[in-house]
Amino acid sequence: METVPLSHYLMLSATLFVIGIVGVLIRRNVIVVFMSIEIMLNAVNISLIAFDNYMNLSSGQIFSFMVMCVAAAEVSVGLAIIIALHRNKPTVNLDEFNLLKW
Amino acid sequence: MLLKLTCLVPLFPLIGSIINGFFGLKIGKNAVGLIACGSMGLSFLTSVLIYIGYILLPEGQHVFEQVVWTWFGAGDFSVDFGFQIDPLTLVMMFVVTGVGFIIHVYSIGYMHEEYSYYRFFAYFNLFASAMLLLVMGNNFLLMFIGWEGVGCCSYFLIGYYFEKKSACDAGTKAFIVNRVGDFAFLLAVMYIFNVFGTIDFTDVMHAAPETLIYGGEIVTIITMLLFVGATGKSAQIPLYTWLPDAMEGPTPVSALIHAATMVTAGVYMVVRCNVLFSLSPMTMMVVAGIGGLTAVMAATIGMTQFDIKRVLAYSTVSQIGYMFLACGVGAYTAAIFHLVTHAFFKACLFLGSGSVIHGIHGEQDMRKMGGLKSHMPVTYWTFLVSTLAIAGIFPLAGFFSKDEILYHSLMDGNIIFWGMGISAALLTAFYMFRLVFMTFHGESRVDAHVHPHESPKVMTMPLVVLAGLAAVGGMLGLPLIHGWHILHNWLAPVIHFDLASALEHSEHMLHEAGRHAPSWAHLLEPKEHNLWIESGLMLFSFVVAVVGIASAYIFYIKRPDLPDKFTKGQWGFDLVQNKYYVDELYDEAIVQPTVEGSKLLWKECDAKAIDGAVNGTANTIGWFSRQAQVFQSGFVRNYALFIVVGFISLLLVMF
Repeated sequence: METVPLSHYLMLSATLFVIGIVGVLIRRNVIVVFMSIEIMLNAVNISLIAFDNYMNLSSGQIFSFMVMCVAAAEVSVGLAIIIALHRNKPTVNLDEFNLLKW
Repeated sequence: MLLKLTCLVPLFPLIGSIINGFFGLKIGKNAVGLIACGSMGLSFLTSVLIYIGYILLPEGQHVFEQVVWTWFGAGDFSVDFGFQIDPLTLVMMFVVTGVGFIIHVYSIGYMHEEYSYYRFFAYFNLFASAMLLLVMGNNFLLMFIGWEGVGCCSYFLIGYYFEKKSACDAGTKAFIVNRVGDFAFLLAVMYIFNVFGTIDFTDVMHAAPETLIYGGEIVTIITMLLFVGATGKSAQIPLYTWLPDAMEGPTPVSALIHAATMVTAGVYMVVRCNVLFSLSPMTMMVVAGIGGLTAVMAATIGMTQFDIKRVLAYSTVSQIGYMFLACGVGAYTAAIFHLVTHAFFKACLFLGSGSVIHGIHGEQDMRKMGGLKSHMPVTYWTFLVSTLAIAGIFPLAGFFSKDEILYHSLMDGNIIFWGMGISAALLTAFYMFRLVFMTFHGESRVDAHVHPHESPKVMTMPLVVLAGLAAVGGMLGLPLIHGWHILHNWLAPVIHFDLASALEHSEHMLHEAGRHAPSWAHLLEPKEHNLWIESGLMLFSFVVAVVGIASAYIFYIKRPDLPDKFTKGQWGFDLVQNKYYVDELYDEAIVQPTVEGSKLLWKECDAKAIDGAVNGTANTIGWFSRQAQVFQSGFVRNYALFIVVGFISLLLVMF
């Protein structure tokens, strides 16, 4: 049976990662930025699973589980921060939160 | 063994000072006075025990040293914290603890109305402790500690009324002028260590005649530096100006510190180092010259002052000048003799003036006194006895000590020294009786609302004791009959300079260095004690004293209009009354340039150069920071961009 070659997975992973980076860099909506970070994490997960399958290991799966756990924790903390921000300033525009500087 | 108690003598006042200083306000005035006087009394009793112990020492042993601990050591250099008991120290100990105790008792009465009573006694006890350290230390460095300690306490006590600007200024002046002398003293100690490798008195004095060449440069420099130190502490030309100003302090302070003990520290030091001084004829000439000059100059100023304490201050300067005159002609015993008798009568005079000031509510101007004789009889009679003593009237203490100095200044010195001495004696008799007549005799010029009254017993009893000592103190040194000069025999072990062997050593050393030794033969000619000359001089100086008193009587009792006639508009009188403008001269020549120079350094060097360098560094770094601050925009996405850019460039560098 013809399988999908490794390079396709890696291309997908890289594309998703770049989409995530660009999303973080150019969007102002804090929710969208947050989602872009999640996309980046999942892009990494894809490459981990692909390598795992390709090399017949199991550590890649464990790694990806770890990433998911961390991501879940990070989502809860991140959303809490966003809510706290929103209570201070009724906006989701990231550029308006610029007080923390010299 | 009784001598083991030595270290307790300075310890008692120190403990008293600590208790009074820290807890004085809580324990109340009576307890403070009791602790202060009690510690001095204990100190005095311990001194008596030590004296007994000293007498019981085996024949031939004249010095007892007690090393309490080794203070510090570095390489070959080690200094002991040790005390030394020898005849000279014992004399000084008795003066300090005895007169000190009497003045402490007097202070209970004099200072009673003061709020910070405890502070006064804390400083006073601390002073006594430092002074005892000064006279009991067995090496130069310990002496220096005491030397600085008494200077420090003197500063505290001159500035006791610190809310008064003049008192603060006087304290600062005393401290800074003393600093000049102290620095020279410290240099001398360093030089002594450099030459001898030790600073222990016994070792140095023992080694000096074999190490130093008679009249050589080294010994001259050392003794000159020591003498500069002595002029600072003992208020001699050119560093005497602080002492009259020091009268801003309470009167017991003037009596104890600025008359009886501290200011005589210089004389003590010269006598302690008599071997060194005797080795340098040039320094001896300078010491005698400065002493004689100071005696005359201060006496002339004393004639023109109207502040009762200032007259006594100049009198003190003048009398210490006498002591240095004696040291300078090699009559060390006479110097110590005069030191002791002076401590008695001058302490009594100061305390008497304090009693007068107390009795007329703080007035110090003699023009506002007069006729106080009937109001304060005890003060008057004790004052009169001390005045007769200082004027040199037979058979009171001052007569013997002063005549011994005059005799030696003629026989061992020359006619100029004697002339200075005898004219100072004339002036002393005059200005002291001027003081007595203006204060106690004649019409009362006291302000109408002031009612003069005699001081309480606690103040008059010390006066009586001191007057008694001033009357009989001369018995210590009856000069005419051979072997009756108790003090001379007593001090003989300390003043044991052997000129002949010192000259022999010097000749030997010069020979080895390939130099030619000058002829010293004339120095060794024996001088005989001429009874006729001495009694003739005695008679003469007695007459001089009487003349001084008589002229004071004419000027201030018989014809009170005469002083004005003689002094009005005379430039000479103005010159003297303004203290020869020495203060103004120092102000112009030294103080102002120093202040101006400091201001220049402050404004130009400190404010511009140093501050400029510091601020410049900060500003430069600040400028760089401002260039870098654009990166910290506060936009989170910017930071994310930096992370990405950084990561990518890292990848590029690595691959």
